[in-house]
Amino acid sequence: MKLFLPRFLTMLLLILVGSSGAVRAATLSISCGAVGVEMRLCRQGVEAWAKQTGNQVKVVATPNSSTERFALYQQILASHSSDIDILQIDVVWPGTLAPHLVDLSQYIGKDATKQFFPALIANDTVNGKLVALPWFTNAGVLYYRKDLLKKYHAQPPATWQQLTDTARRIQNAERKAGNPRMYGFVFQAKGYEGLTCDALEWIDSFGGGTLIDADGKVTVDNPRAVAALQLARSWIGDIAPRGVLNYDEEESRGVFQSGNAVFMRNWPYAWALGNAKDSPIRGKIGVIAVPAGGTDGHQTGTLGGWQLAVSRYSQHPELAADLVRYLTSYAEQKRRALAGSYNPAIPALYRDHDVLAAVPFFGTLYTTFEHAVARPSRIAGSKYARVSAEFYYTVHDVLSGKIAAAPALATLQQKLTRLSRGGQWR
Amino acid sequence: MSTHASRLTRQRVRSAWLFLAPVLVVLALVAGWPLLKTIGYGFTDASLIDPASAKFIGLDNFSYLLLDSHWWAAVWNTTVFAVVSVALETVLGLVIALALNAQFPGRGGLRAAILIPWAIPTVVSAQMWSWMFNDVFGVINHMLLALHLISHPIAWLASPDTALLSIILVDVWKTTPFMALLLLAGLQMLPQECFESARVDGVHPLKVFFRITLPLLKPALTVAIIFRLLDALRMFDLVYVMSGNSRDTMSMSVYARQQLIDFGDLGFGSAAATMIFAIIALFTAVYLTVARVGRER
Amino acid sequence: MTPRRIKRLIGRGAFYLLLLVIGLYTVFPFYWAVVSSLKSGSALFQVEFWPAHPAWDNYVAVFREQPFGRNILNSLFVAVSTVALSLSLALAAAYALGRVRFRGRGLLLAVILGVSMFPQIAVLSGMFELISGLGLYNNLLALSFSYLIFTLPFTVWVLTTFMRELPQELEEAAIVDGATPFTIVTRVFMPLMGPALVTTGLLAFIAAWNEFLFALTFTLTSDMRTVPVAIALISGASAYELPWGNIMAASVIVTVPLIALVLVFQRRIVTGLTAGAIKG
Repeated sequence: MKLFLPRFLTMLLLILVGSSGAVRAATLSISCGAVGVEMRLCRQGVEAWAKQTGNQVKVVATPNSSTERFALYQQILASHSSDIDILQIDVVWPGTLAPHLVDLSQYIGKDATKQFFPALIANDTVNGKLVALPWFTNAGVLYYRKDLLKKYHAQPPATWQQLTDTARRIQNAERKAGNPRMYGFVFQAKGYEGLTCDALEWIDSFGGGTLIDADGKVTVDNPRAVAALQLARSWIGDIAPRGVLNYDEEESRGVFQSGNAVFMRNWPYAWALGNAKDSPIRGKIGVIAVPAGGTDGHQTGTLGGWQLAVSRYSQHPELAADLVRYLTSYAEQKRRALAGSYNPAIPALYRDHDVLAAVPFFGTLYTTFEHAVARPSRIAGSKYARVSAEFYYTVHDVLSGKIAAAPALATLQQKLTRLSRGGQWR
Repeated sequence: MSTHASRLTRQRVRSAWLFLAPVLVVLALVAGWPLLKTIGYGFTDASLIDPASAKFIGLDNFSYLLLDSHWWAAVWNTTVFAVVSVALETVLGLVIALALNAQFPGRGGLRAAILIPWAIPTVVSAQMWSWMFNDVFGVINHMLLALHLISHPIAWLASPDTALLSIILVDVWKTTPFMALLLLAGLQMLPQECFESARVDGVHPLKVFFRITLPLLKPALTVAIIFRLLDALRMFDLVYVMSGNSRDTMSMSVYARQQLIDFGDLGFGSAAATMIFAIIALFTAVYLTVARVGRER
Repeated sequence: MTPRRIKRLIGRGAFYLLLLVIGLYTVFPFYWAVVSSLKSGSALFQVEFWPAHPAWDNYVAVFREQPFGRNILNSLFVAVSTVALSLSLALAAAYALGRVRFRGRGLLLAVILGVSMFPQIAVLSGMFELISGLGLYNNLLALSFSYLIFTLPFTVWVLTTFMRELPQELEEAAIVDGATPFTIVTRVFMPLMGPALVTTGLLAFIAAWNEFLFALTFTLTSDMRTVPVAIALISGASAYELPWGNIMAASVIVTVPLIALVLVFQRRIVTGLTAGAIKG
């Protein structure tokens, strides 16, 4: 009797294993998101595909911090491991990871890429290889307090100078009125990738280029970029708290959402949270594009967002590519936009009535998303992480007052040129 | 009889090596092999994404490292951190140990309470503190403002002058208990007779402390300090969680990690890691020599 | 009241004030963690020393949104197996190093101590290759194995000093009775080493329980993660959101048992450290 039970269990196990093997289905594993809505939406989408095709898909939760996730991917891919078939990759990674990714164009139809934003497809094409398909896009936007602007008869700013003036005026008035912790503007100025995104917006909005031009030439040292950084430098300790120098996205949101800031630069995710039931600023938030840098500048927003790619070491590349095709399809991106306000990577969805009803600013900010400025990751390839680090360290030094903008950018220009090996970047 | 004894000794030595073998094998595997690997990579241009295609480049990584001002800034930060935090921990730990060594009700409770910081995972306490240090909604500024100790909120982790200090404060919080316990244990082992006779003679307590307690406690202090210093020289997670890759606070380990993982430069990052090990090994060697000299005297 | 008594009273008062300050300094952050874990949403951004509306949602969410129970079991498994492995290996080594005189003993002790000076980052890439070479990637055994790099030197040192303290007569009597070294270690010394084993075991346990870098690098799926990694990877509904309440709740959940453990064993921890550090 004692021996019977384990034997019985073993048999049961064998039957179970055998029966699932009989279907001859493949098991794929996909890394998408960490927890929360992102994970749930991914799981739902994946399960729908699994049901249709009779395969199994395991969802692997990877670190939420994108630098940690990047490190993990590099290690897994370097060891040629088949632990993950489908990777969710950041918009700045295709250049580095390309050698380890499958060319998707051989599995999906040639026209399949036409529905996406062309800029995203260009971003995901490395040396003629389509290494990923856009899943959702992202762009930096400017949040403002509708109630405060109305109270002080101010217009949402179209230029940085207007933002600076309005922010200072409202901040000082509110402080006099009894909130000593009121600030005009919060953003991300900690020394990390987020500062690269913010500072790229400043420089681009002034017409100062994107650090490196399409030919690989370093362009960061120019008068417009200097002007942009000088203006940003003037914010610290004036309309922005000094602490902003160690803020990431969540810390800026903490200040804005507790009602202590007039303006905030952040990603679209803050919209839903700022309008949550217990939020003190619920219903008081407006969203516009990141302002232009003066009369000849233009409104902007740094391109963010995520792509799906298939590992070269996958045992089932064809199935994996099919799952990628499914997850990036029109219907699936619409579902994600409705349920989680994820920005679709498909222009047509910005004209979809259901989508616009759910997230109104998708309509007004369509041009921002369409013309979002990309970080120079494709051209810098595997050296992008270093380029970005040199850039955000320089900007951080300028903001904290260690060095003036002009000499700082001149030094950066030299460093990046040396790093590029004469514009070759390879 | 003597041949029997020496045979016994030889047998014992043989079994001693047998008993040591598993530990040595395991250490060679988990410590020796990876370290050799890292040292080896330090002489190549290996990249994290494709280590197989590494080329031997001699001492290039090391010469570049020695010329990099950011590396030296990291060395400086680490040194400041190690010296200041260990000094503070020693003084505070000694105060706490002396207090706990006195008889009073609830001593056990307090002794347990000071262990709490040690039991919380570092990753968690680092995040906890950076939340408390936030300039706008952090509780520390809130309390200091309420007590009128400061007039404006301080951006603790953002200003170069306070960032390292804040991190040191957290490290002191986290490791003082450990130090205090080591010293308390030392205190409790001191011979009570000296203190008895000092009390009978009516010697002032401060004099007792400097003339009797401190000299007797010196071996325990020295050992405690060296263990903490070696730990502090390797510090990583506290700095990394609290201020990321900021160059104002970057430690040697954070520098190596950024090169190795963020930039994917396996060769250069390994060279930096090798240098850290060399610095600490040098330090240990010097210490062991000094300690031995001290003992002989 | 004589002036002398007043002076004594003031001295006593100052003493208790000192204790109070020490107590506050050490306990307040943990108290703050507990308070934060009872808040949710926007309340987290307000300073409030006592949660007006304590919410337990965070504690429920911790277990709902990731296999946190599984993570705790993983941590337990890793910590316990690390402790068992290092204690049994170290006990044997300690006998050799503590009881037998042979040439190179001092050098060996120094080398073993040297291992505990390796910065973790220096062995990370080599260790990763070793782990994937052994096929242990995303396996809890990889952690038990790699943690030996920091538990072994420490346990060997502490146990060696303890072993040295044991009386010579016991071993001689056993040798006369014809006992082998193995019997001496397991039958004669081990029962006497109880307290030392508990102390070093506990210290190794805490070290393994708290380890982060290796655990993050050598595991992949959430059902293989240990507690510190699981906490660090807790994330909000969207990419940038940091669910502070959940993180604090998870930290409290894992810290409370550890504090209980420390409370139960605190006397032993003190003796263990004394013997290991001061006489070593």
